[in-house]
Amino acid sequence: MSDTKKFLYVNRKAPYGTIYALESLEVVLIGAAFEQEVALAFLDDGVFQLTKGQDTTGIGVKNFSPTFRALGDYDVNKLYVERESLEERGLSEDDLQEIMYEDEDDDWAEKPSIRIVSRAEMADIMAEQDVILSF
Amino acid sequence: MAYEVNGQVVEHDEEGYIVNLSDWSRELAEEIAKTENIEMTDEHWEVVNFLRDYYEEYQIAPAVRVLIKAIKKSMGPEKGNNKYMYELFPYGPAKQACKIAGLPKPTGCV
Repeated sequence: MSDTKKFLYVNRKAPYGTIYALESLEVVLIGAAFEQEVALAFLDDGVFQLTKGQDTTGIGVKNFSPTFRALGDYDVNKLYVERESLEERGLSEDDLQEIMYEDEDDDWAEKPSIRIVSRAEMADIMAEQDVILSF
Repeated sequence: MAYEVNGQVVEHDEEGYIVNLSDWSRELAEEIAKTENIEMTDEHWEVVNFLRDYYEEYQIAPAVRVLIKAIKKSMGPEKGNNKYMYELFPYGPAKQACKIAGLPKPTGCV
């Protein structure tokens, strides 16, 4: 079967404290090998996963936030972040780390992977998917 | 299970990946390579060092497809291709080179 499906990984939990965020990222990296169309959504406390300057030394777990920057190498370059979730937590786009990918169809120009969308747009994005996995 | 280098014992898992990433040294890498029947050359070191830098930056060991693409980008197409990489590491460039580099098994490898 050559048909590719649209996969959306929905991240709603803070990066540490539970294993959901890290597991989600691992599944994304594994799934990226199957050449499906993969996008990630960050809403609710999930928006904290992308904040910059994370420091986990006090809690004794690995800071996996740099791994998001490798997603471009895995051809995963759509990271939708819900604006309302950011605002409700006093965050803005400037609080998120910069995640870039190289656009193969545009002479490898570097482009940002993070796209801030409204709650209504997020609903439309979800409606377009073939498969949604929630973490 | 453990490697022994200069009288030091370094623990590894059932597949030969070292348990504590901080135990790594060049001497240990040579030792691991021996168990993989690989004679380390400058070309091997180039890939192993590249992997260690990649891990340092992104905190993951990349899948083989991603590794080869990244090598191609940084060292050019004459090195960033399957043939070259499999000649250096016949049992899988990501798997073997990661093991020698003292990194965890690449995510997505079974």
